[in-house]
Amino acid sequence: MQLTNKVALITGGTSGIGKASALLFAREGASVALTGRNRERGEQARADILSSGGKAIFIACDVRKSEDCRLAVDEVMSSFGQLDILFNNAGVFYPHTVVECSEQEWDEHLDVNLKGTFLMSKYALPKMIHRGSGVIINNSSGWGIVGGDSAVAYCASKGGVILLTKAMAIDHGPQGIRVNAICPGDVDTPMLPGDAKMRGLKWQDYLAGCANRPLGRIGTAEEIARAALFLASDDSSFMTGAALVVDGGGTAD
Amino acid sequence: MSGVLTGKIALITGGASGIGRATALLFAREGAAVVIADLNESAGDSAINEIKGAGGKAVFQRTDVTVSRDCDHLVRRAVSEFGPIHVLFNNAGIIRRASVPELSEEDWDRVMAVNLKSVFLLSRLVVPIMIKNGGGSVINMASGWGLAGGARAAAYCASKGAVVLMTKAMAVDHGRHHVRVNCLCPGDTDTAMLRNEAQQLGELPEHFMRESARRPIGRPGKPEEIARAALFLASDASSFVTGAALVVDGGGLAGTG
Repeated sequence: MQLTNKVALITGGTSGIGKASALLFAREGASVALTGRNRERGEQARADILSSGGKAIFIACDVRKSEDCRLAVDEVMSSFGQLDILFNNAGVFYPHTVVECSEQEWDEHLDVNLKGTFLMSKYALPKMIHRGSGVIINNSSGWGIVGGDSAVAYCASKGGVILLTKAMAIDHGPQGIRVNAICPGDVDTPMLPGDAKMRGLKWQDYLAGCANRPLGRIGTAEEIARAALFLASDDSSFMTGAALVVDGGGTAD
Repeated sequence: MSGVLTGKIALITGGASGIGRATALLFAREGAAVVIADLNESAGDSAINEIKGAGGKAVFQRTDVTVSRDCDHLVRRAVSEFGPIHVLFNNAGIIRRASVPELSEEDWDRVMAVNLKSVFLLSRLVVPIMIKNGGGSVINMASGWGLAGGARAAAYCASKGAVVLMTKAMAVDHGRHHVRVNCLCPGDTDTAMLRNEAQQLGELPEHFMRESARRPIGRPGKPEEIARAALFLASDASSFVTGAALVVDGGGLAGTG
């Protein structure tokens, strides 16, 4: 068990990569606080963890709101007494070009994907600094490293996450805190069929496009979770400021 | 013995010392049968004894990884001792601290042969075995200096940059055969190779090591830390990772400031 006695806070933990990570981290011995905006899904994710013998709480939280983030960290501290791992996973994606993207949609991408990462880290870091150690994992994307089509706000936000990650690594390395980004490729989560629908593509055609990568398939949420576990655990003790690409080779060429 | 590499066969070049040795020990602890290739026979034998003493399985084959026939012999030995290779860690490497005008042609050739051509010579033998066996993981040793330039390290940077792109090209070619290919990009790691650099530069070891510690984490890496990153790439934990350059450098490349 790689996370015995650790406490992890995972945003967007009610579905997809966040939920898979919450389940895996709990299996590896962590007490998990998962946040999200959908209480029903959140309580279900929590129940899944408890029924496997793990420890978890659900915290309703909109990462765009400073006060929500502050309260979420406070609740982790009062429930578990410490915070070791923060996985800034919450994210949104609506496929549009610069011309098609509304101002509201731009704000939502930047506020959830990038500002949410900033806000939650802002409140979590003092707890980690006080403890003298901690790990932050920021969910970027392969599309935070290379551009994608009809994804202007998403790419901007995910590219920002990578450089935010590196800047935080520089600032807080001397304080015993590691900060890395994870860059998934297309993964089997609700976000993917959502994207297909918004692009007006048939699911089979969309999937065929996603499979056009060296490993010939999309990833599973559990595979991304295992990479997040590596970043969360002491196995990555000399890693900070790095972007771990987990994309079946999609950005290799 | 249970572990994430139980039942796997791993071949590690430059496995008698430094990062290679730490990786050999770790992979064996995680259940792999390990084949260590190195020029240094006494160090290789000692690594084998250490692994066996801990209950693990390992053999040593003296190998010059720049010589095609040695590579052929090595791979045949690995397969006949243990079976089809699942993990290939192309770790063998050398460094010559010299700028282009300071660099002799012999040193250029030697650095390129050990750091880059060996990756080609071994991978062309092992990848077909992996394909036939249904898959595998190739880990190539690059460096932070395969992504960003370093001072007085022209041949080293060239070889390591080439390793990064060769890794990506191999990932593109062999993904469909379930062979994953990734590279490791360590920052300064406390090994004999690092300490020898001080000598090459004519610097006091203490001064050199202090410079090595200049990074967000504030110290050079330990061979075991790089080994654990290699383990991630070797195991199913990285099943969706291919064509990637895993930077394990205490934040050295994160930026300035």
